[in-house]
Amino acid sequence: MIDSNLNVLIGLAMGLNLLALGTSRLPALIRAMSVQGVILGVMPLLMEHQLDWRVLLVAVATICGKGLLIPGLLRRAMRTVQIDRELEPLIGFVPSLLLGAAGTIAALALTHLLPLLPEHAGSLLVPGALATVLTGFILLIGRTKAISQVCGYLILENGIYLFGLLLIKAMPLLVEAGVLLDLTVGVFILGIIVDRIQRAFDSLDTRKLTALHE
Amino acid sequence: MKSLLLILVPLVAAALALAWPGQRTRPWLLPAAGLIHAVLSLWLFLEPPVVAADAWLGFDPLARAVLPVVSLLFLVSAWYAVSYLRIRAERPNRVFIAALLAVLGLLSAGHQARHLGLLWICTEAVTLAAVPLLHFNGTPRAFEATWKYLLVGGTGIALSLLGSLCLGYASLYGGGDGHLTFVALMGQGAGLSRPWVLIAWVLLLVGYGTKMGLAPMHTWKPEAYGEAPAIVGAILAGGVTSVAFTAILRVRAVVGAAGEGGMADHTLLAIGLFSMLVAALFLLGTRDFKRMLAYSSVEHMGILTLGASLGPAGVAAALFHVWSNGLTKGALFLSAGNLRRAAGSPSMDEVRGMSTLTPWSAAIFVAGMFAVTACPPFGPFFSELKVVRAALETGHGLATGLFLCCLLLAFFGLTRVVFGIVDGRPRRAAKAAGKRFKESAGVILPPLVLLGLSLWLGLCPPRMLADAWAAAVTQLYPTP
Repeated sequence: MIDSNLNVLIGLAMGLNLLALGTSRLPALIRAMSVQGVILGVMPLLMEHQLDWRVLLVAVATICGKGLLIPGLLRRAMRTVQIDRELEPLIGFVPSLLLGAAGTIAALALTHLLPLLPEHAGSLLVPGALATVLTGFILLIGRTKAISQVCGYLILENGIYLFGLLLIKAMPLLVEAGVLLDLTVGVFILGIIVDRIQRAFDSLDTRKLTALHE
Repeated sequence: MKSLLLILVPLVAAALALAWPGQRTRPWLLPAAGLIHAVLSLWLFLEPPVVAADAWLGFDPLARAVLPVVSLLFLVSAWYAVSYLRIRAERPNRVFIAALLAVLGLLSAGHQARHLGLLWICTEAVTLAAVPLLHFNGTPRAFEATWKYLLVGGTGIALSLLGSLCLGYASLYGGGDGHLTFVALMGQGAGLSRPWVLIAWVLLLVGYGTKMGLAPMHTWKPEAYGEAPAIVGAILAGGVTSVAFTAILRVRAVVGAAGEGGMADHTLLAIGLFSMLVAALFLLGTRDFKRMLAYSSVEHMGILTLGASLGPAGVAAALFHVWSNGLTKGALFLSAGNLRRAAGSPSMDEVRGMSTLTPWSAAIFVAGMFAVTACPPFGPFFSELKVVRAALETGHGLATGLFLCCLLLAFFGLTRVVFGIVDGRPRRAAKAAGKRFKESAGVILPPLVLLGLSLWLGLCPPRMLADAWAAAVTQLYPTP
């Protein structure tokens, strides 16, 4: 029962991946990312039969960090910089959707080849993680704006978090805390840099970052 | 205790630098903390402590074989930094100095990390702490370099976390109890799940390889080294890359214990040679002498990786090369910083005749170039000779041939740029800039000392160093 609830949530997160790949508007991309963050934050609560404070901490930190704080910072950056809300893709929306869908299918197929512990065998955690990491990569490579690259990076991190859920019982909190802490700090710094790029170039288009090349 | 002080002293000094009121006196914190750090690491080197097997942090043989050279390089760079920051008095240096000290503290932690998760956290923190160093100059080009560094480095670090999780799952699948120290993982040995170990190896190699700057994940390096101040380049090339290299060595030992050492060595050999080849080809084309140093660094990371693939003798040679490359590259970066400042441009199209404008820096730069391209009697010649010997002894004739070809191409590339800027008659614009730049003792002695240390490593390396490298090899290849 618990496992099927979890699988529904992972399925939702995978659907949000496709939404993030298919959208042409920056606010929609940020919204998809933040909803995914909240869903990810709820998952550890469903996995544990009895709640201990460590799991609760991970859940609360994830919901606040990935779901509220970071999207809020990104929206603020978007407003202050007053950038165009349209995403300019290097990889078009339809091709990236197709890539994402193919990647999801491949992730499901690949999972059958991997040895999994019996308690993880029926779970969508591994294919979900693989598909989300892949989505993150497509967004990182295929979108030109700095903010959308940050979104891609965050979705990549979400995929890694999904994989980490496999180990939440066995692994010390240290690793999880490190993930959250570094993620927040990383985006914070990314945000500052986004701000600085804007001041230096009056645009958030990373295609203009081409002064340095051979 | 002393091994913890190695981490705490620089971090406390970093906090102190943030609070320090005087812009002009603040740079002295760098050599002060560097000196304490160097004394501590020398002390620990001479009297290695006993590290508990399950300790998460500790000055173990591998840390002993690498960390002292990072400490030494930092100390000399800090000495240079005092003069450099006096020249650059117009830039606020509070954050720069604090970040530099934080990088030293986190590097000490990373070298000593004996736990998979802790190692990752240290590497991530070093990556973030280095960000303010890269945009010290505040130019649009520096921001561009920082953005690329963060995006490529951040992706690399994310992949290494995924790899660490996969290795954790390999341990869990094999019935592990959730202990992720390298000792525990190696103890599990063949009990680790093979498919997960292989996935983890690929991800960790790509992840930490990005941090090291192995091709094709090296793209952040030319931008970062080209735009950052010279001391930052020296510390990134000698210190940050070595923490990633020790991480790869530690993971390789786990993969070896799981029975996949042969496969790991093949990938290391391939990626090492590929890095050397890519670097050599770019060296033939580049016209910027700071970017040239970055490609040379990629080449030497390739040599380290190649050495690491050749079994115990190769790893010992690679550890030797960490020392000789770190010190020699430091001399090159610092003298290149002087040349860049005196000439006002990093491009060989606009710079020439530096031997008359800044004779000392130019002489050190030329000598450093010969040292880094493995001309005797400097350190890199002997360490690369050891790599070649290890390769021939293990029957890698073809790889040795390719290795020597890449070295030759790199030699052509480096001499082309170096003599292009040193020879000839100075441009008039550069002459005007050259008058403003004085070759004071503070900017000449540090690179000279590093060059001297490289020479010392080549001519009479102390017995203790070779013993330290051998002890590290024993840690990585325990005899059953």
